[in-house]
Amino acid sequence: MATAEHTHEHVHYTATGLDNRKIAIWAFIGSECMLFASLISTYLIYKGRSIVGPFPHEAWTSPAGQVFKPILNIPVTSVSTFVLLMSSLAMVLALAAVENRGKPGYVGTALGNSKLWLATTAALGATFLGFQAFEFTSFVHEGLTIRTNLFGSSFFTLTGFHGAHVTVGVLWLMTLLFIDFKRGLTPKDSLIVDICALYWHFVDVVWIAIFTLVYLIK
Amino acid sequence: MATTAAIPATGAAHDASSESGLWSWIATVDHKRIGTLYLFTALFFFLFGGLEAFLIRLQLAQPNQHLVSAEFYNQLFTMHGTTMVFLAVMPLSAAFFNYLIPLQIGARDVAFPRLNAFSYWVYLLGGIFITVPIFFQVAPNGGWFGYAPLTTIQFSGGMNIDFWVMGLQILGISSLAAAFNFITTIINMRAPGMTLMRMPMFTWMSFIVQFLLVLAFPPITIALVFLLFDRFFGTQFYAIAAGADPLLWQHLFWVFGHPEVYILILPAFGLVSEILPTFSKKPLFGYHVMVYSGIMIGFLGFGVWAHHMFAVGLGATADAIFAMATMLIAIPTGVKIFNWIATIWGGEVTFTTPMKFAIGLVALFTIGGISGVMHSSAPADTQQTDTYFVVAHFHYVLFGGSIMGIFGGIYHYFPKMFGRYMSEKLGTWHFWLNFVGMNLTFFPMHFSGLLGMPRRIYTYDAGQGWEKFNLASTIGTALLVIATLVFVINFLKSRKGGAPAPNDAWGAGTLEWSIPSPPPDYNFAEIPVVTSRYPLWDLKHPEMTADLAHSGPDAMTITDAHATPVHEETGHKTAAELGIPMPFPTVKPLFTALGIVIMFGGLLFMHLDKFALAMTITLGGATLLVGSLYAWLTSPLE
Repeated sequence: MATAEHTHEHVHYTATGLDNRKIAIWAFIGSECMLFASLISTYLIYKGRSIVGPFPHEAWTSPAGQVFKPILNIPVTSVSTFVLLMSSLAMVLALAAVENRGKPGYVGTALGNSKLWLATTAALGATFLGFQAFEFTSFVHEGLTIRTNLFGSSFFTLTGFHGAHVTVGVLWLMTLLFIDFKRGLTPKDSLIVDICALYWHFVDVVWIAIFTLVYLIK
Repeated sequence: MATTAAIPATGAAHDASSESGLWSWIATVDHKRIGTLYLFTALFFFLFGGLEAFLIRLQLAQPNQHLVSAEFYNQLFTMHGTTMVFLAVMPLSAAFFNYLIPLQIGARDVAFPRLNAFSYWVYLLGGIFITVPIFFQVAPNGGWFGYAPLTTIQFSGGMNIDFWVMGLQILGISSLAAAFNFITTIINMRAPGMTLMRMPMFTWMSFIVQFLLVLAFPPITIALVFLLFDRFFGTQFYAIAAGADPLLWQHLFWVFGHPEVYILILPAFGLVSEILPTFSKKPLFGYHVMVYSGIMIGFLGFGVWAHHMFAVGLGATADAIFAMATMLIAIPTGVKIFNWIATIWGGEVTFTTPMKFAIGLVALFTIGGISGVMHSSAPADTQQTDTYFVVAHFHYVLFGGSIMGIFGGIYHYFPKMFGRYMSEKLGTWHFWLNFVGMNLTFFPMHFSGLLGMPRRIYTYDAGQGWEKFNLASTIGTALLVIATLVFVINFLKSRKGGAPAPNDAWGAGTLEWSIPSPPPDYNFAEIPVVTSRYPLWDLKHPEMTADLAHSGPDAMTITDAHATPVHEETGHKTAAELGIPMPFPTVKPLFTALGIVIMFGGLLFMHLDKFALAMTITLGGATLLVGSLYAWLTSPLE
């Protein structure tokens, strides 16, 4: 071993035996639930209240006679939803690879390659963001901006907030990937991967709620 | 260590806690220092908010006065409310959270010391951000509740509301970060044997408050995001012409706003629950019920927000449900009042200054609670809404409740924080001036309110029967100003000249009194093993706690090498001598906080039509934020 590292970890006594960070992330996720609950509630309250189109599920003819199609593209978003769900699977595999580093069945196999799975998770997250960028720009081309109507304001703010959360997650994953390349993540680092995974799965679950309530239910 | 020989035998050892100078405070991550910073900053804002109140009362002393303009009056009452809620009472509670929670649960610091420093700096910078505009007469002017659509750009042009929206957004970050920190601290940092049901009542009430913060701040954050987007990016969340719901803001605001009421009062309840047993020489009566009633108050607090909206016409069913839920809250609150009385009952009562303030809370909060029950009845409330009756009610619970409790807490814990007692003589003066002044200010408001005097008017005509009540309120406020001056003199004089306090300044029973006053920077040289709710009374007055449940030290596994039974510590050694790892001082949390404030502040230039400048500053702030955050997270804590 060229770089024998001494980790300066003091094993602190904790009342529950859990690491502080694990408890803090759960408190944070609880708070985030209320954040998205407020955003989603507003979207639902404003559903059908927009005076002018475009609308999510119905066509609209403007006073000038221009016809706007229903704006939500459910097939495309179904694909991006699938991509995000698969990223959670990759995240689970990344955590398993770090936790089981060096164990039989993981050494030298794709299953034990944490770099591969972290990169896959980040790439799938980035792909989701790509879909969202495509969706946003095509909506703008079709005449829906954040200023157009209540639907536009609440839709872009809700999905934009979610997209911002995915962005933070991708940066977080890339940071872990960087650490993995720099010094290698070991089972001792399981916790920092675990915390990132909790966040990532949470963001994923929120998207399932958004996809159902915004896209699927008419 | 070479310097050990130079330490005077009686003095405190040389360690970080005796270091002084600006740098030692700017880079500190010690929860006690951060608590002290919170205390001084919040007291400053308390004086500032009090000055605003005094100007309001001078303006209203007599009919048709024009001491201040109507526009400036709007700024005064908005900033009085905003300052007292977000910059004075909440941070005063935070001062106690910081200082006391680790000491009460037997920990050496909070779970995340640097996050703690971050919370303070965000609070300080956010407080400056929202306060400074009043010197240029562009302070927020839409009320502390900032009702949209009134606060949208259509009805409130200018930058006044911009400062408010962003200021509150910044302060929210501080409260949330602190709440995650304290939840983790209380769950995870308790000493061996410190079970949840042995925690001191202040820690319990603080624990509940942190959950309220975590769950109540996101709705207002989102409400503020909508308002910010409406004002800066042209969204339509509050645009009635576009079909927006005029009640959206009110719902989101009060879903936050009502739990906020309990965020303001529960810490004071906790402090009083420490003070009353100490000076009655009796354990707190009905400990379990006190815990459960606190949880009940917190839980019900989320289900009553629409009682702030009885006058907007939600319909009879909604009004009835929210009225009944509101009345329910009187039950756990009443339980607390009776438990406090039962704690004093039959005790060996000594009327020290903290005790006076604690009893003051019990009495005055009850009056505010009773007028609260009056409001809970929707038909009565529609008569009282937006009158001075409501002002009387919430000042009885906030001033008579929170502020009395916090003053009691300051007198009680001053010896712990500064190693000296505050003057009892000046304290007694402070209490009585405060008590009389408070009642003279706010009791007449019940009458001016019932006679129909509306809130938030900057002046009024004679002949409506309001004159004598308003004059009385103003005289009362003058007494409060004198009372506060007495407090400030006492506080400043006692820091250097007060009588020295031992570890256990009042003969109290909880862990924080087993260590020196002020505590060394590591708090506990040996982590105590706790076997009951009042470990110090077990040690000194076992007869007082004979009826309480105990466990022997052998009944638990001592996992920490330093853990020992509770005893009084001397604190003469430094952390290095004891081999206790201490967190490094760091300014990275400060720069992270600065990044956040710059990021928000940059947006202001958009309303001066300098888009490029706004984006440059905002992106600069964001870069500082991300850079400092990475530097912080990649450097070791200790």
